[in-house]
Amino acid sequence: MDLQIALLLGQDGIVNGAIYALLALALVLVFTVTRVIFIPQGEFVAYGALTLAAFQAGKTPGTLWLMLGAGVLVALIDTFKAVRSGSLVRLKRIVLWDLVLPGAVAGLVLWLEPGRLPLAAQVVLALAIVVPLGPMIYRLAYQPLAGASVLVLLIVSVAVHWALVGLGLLFFGAEGSRTTPFSDAQFNLGMLTINGQTLWVLGASAALIVALYLFFGRSLYGKALRATAINRVGARLMGISTTMAGKLTFTLAAMIGALSGILVAPITTVYYDTGFLVGLKGFVAAIIAGLVSYPLAAAGAILVGLLEAFSSFWASAFKEVIVFTLIIPVLIWRSLTSHHVEEEE
Amino acid sequence: MTTPILEINELCVSYGKVEALHHINLKVEAGQIVTVIGPNGAGKTTLLGAIMGLLPSKGDIVFQGEVQNDIEVEHLVAMGMTLVPEKRELFGEMSVEDNLLLGAFQRYRHGERDEGKTMDQVFATFPRLKERRTQLAGTLSGGERQMLAVGRALMAKPKLLMLDEPSLGLAPLIVREIFHIIADLKKTGVAILLVEQNARAALQIADTGYVLETGSVALEGESRALADDPRVVETYLGLGGKKK
Repeated sequence: MDLQIALLLGQDGIVNGAIYALLALALVLVFTVTRVIFIPQGEFVAYGALTLAAFQAGKTPGTLWLMLGAGVLVALIDTFKAVRSGSLVRLKRIVLWDLVLPGAVAGLVLWLEPGRLPLAAQVVLALAIVVPLGPMIYRLAYQPLAGASVLVLLIVSVAVHWALVGLGLLFFGAEGSRTTPFSDAQFNLGMLTINGQTLWVLGASAALIVALYLFFGRSLYGKALRATAINRVGARLMGISTTMAGKLTFTLAAMIGALSGILVAPITTVYYDTGFLVGLKGFVAAIIAGLVSYPLAAAGAILVGLLEAFSSFWASAFKEVIVFTLIIPVLIWRSLTSHHVEEEE
Repeated sequence: MTTPILEINELCVSYGKVEALHHINLKVEAGQIVTVIGPNGAGKTTLLGAIMGLLPSKGDIVFQGEVQNDIEVEHLVAMGMTLVPEKRELFGEMSVEDNLLLGAFQRYRHGERDEGKTMDQVFATFPRLKERRTQLAGTLSGGERQMLAVGRALMAKPKLLMLDEPSLGLAPLIVREIFHIIADLKKTGVAILLVEQNARAALQIADTGYVLETGSVALEGESRALADDPRVVETYLGLGGKKK
């Protein structure tokens, strides 16, 4: 291996690492706030990428119907509950969020023929289809079990994962897709060639991380999510409802996932089940961070990306094995160094 | 006659098959301090948990004239009920200021944007919190934590403030300070339901009192009368009562 190859692999590793970092952040976020180990995180990556690819192929993505259907289902359940408990004031919100908004997005997509729109508009529409699936899935699969144990929630996650992968196959078929790059620019740095998409991935990831940092550090809603993660009972007593926190968290997770998919789609061919592996690598990074620390998760993700890039050069057949084996020494190290912290007082 | 802030009729709470509270009746009038005293395990914390909607219960909980059964905690907070729990339940890894801000979350969510002003009022009540505003809540002393817990509850501008054992684990001097502050809070018009093991201090500042024993109300009445009741003196005030 010479320096040029090393630089190339390093570049690859950092780009993939940036995506894993985003997913790891989403996984840590979802786990700390809702205690859900969110295996379907990767499906949002695939849905985001393939929805965008469907636009570019001039097709109407199946995710659109999924979003509409899930909205109707949520609306039915919530209306039933609202009527039974006699709080009809909630109906307005239900109709607006679960029927009118999804309907408006669907109308827009069908009317605009997104294939002919500029890329930025396609990205916005793809996000508008995929992101609402986050809170809807929370409402349908997790909210009724919000108080259940981590293990039960994990089992639900496995089920949601398989359901979404199956639907992905139904909507997008078994063939993979690539989307057009955000930019065709190429830069030469010595012997290293950097293409525009690489910079897009790194820039967008960095921007998203800064945005999340500001959201959690400055806004009261961000602080409310942190408060829920730190002390659920205390948060409820402040009027921060577990349901609201869950829906907001899943919205963020879906957004991060879909955006990651949209960012990688021009670099790698995305299949309906690609998300799972990508998500798992984010999960390895999140485990390195003990599912609690955001900076450690991001650093772990870069490590995973680099390890993957270099092992694909030296032992490409074992690339996944090497990455996932990383979890074993990490767990040993964590269990040796971490001490159980007692609840205060 | 004005409607009481809180009225509880025939409240029963069970943990599984074991009934922890039996047919409790209790009333908190506007602007009053009502105290519930009793030994460990009498069900005092359970009572507050049930009122706040944290525990399922049978019977009527009437808040500001409206029956509040099957209602979620978040909704009760929005209606003006707050609980300062026994364990404080602070957000340890967040600053004092952020803890206070989150106390106003429910009002913020409904469009009230006066959290800065409310925080100044809380700082006026608890100057110590102002000094510590950037410190993490988890690094505060026991007394400061209790102040922060009460201050955070006040950020919600409650109509009914429920305090669960505010004196628990605090040094006597701090306990006196806290009770002074609670007595002062009454002047702001908020009704207070105070659960305490420190019966003497609680009866001193309260208007009416209830004695809870093994899940039932054993005695009730004006707090001055309760403080002189031989049964209360013997069981809860102990030697200190005889000194009087």
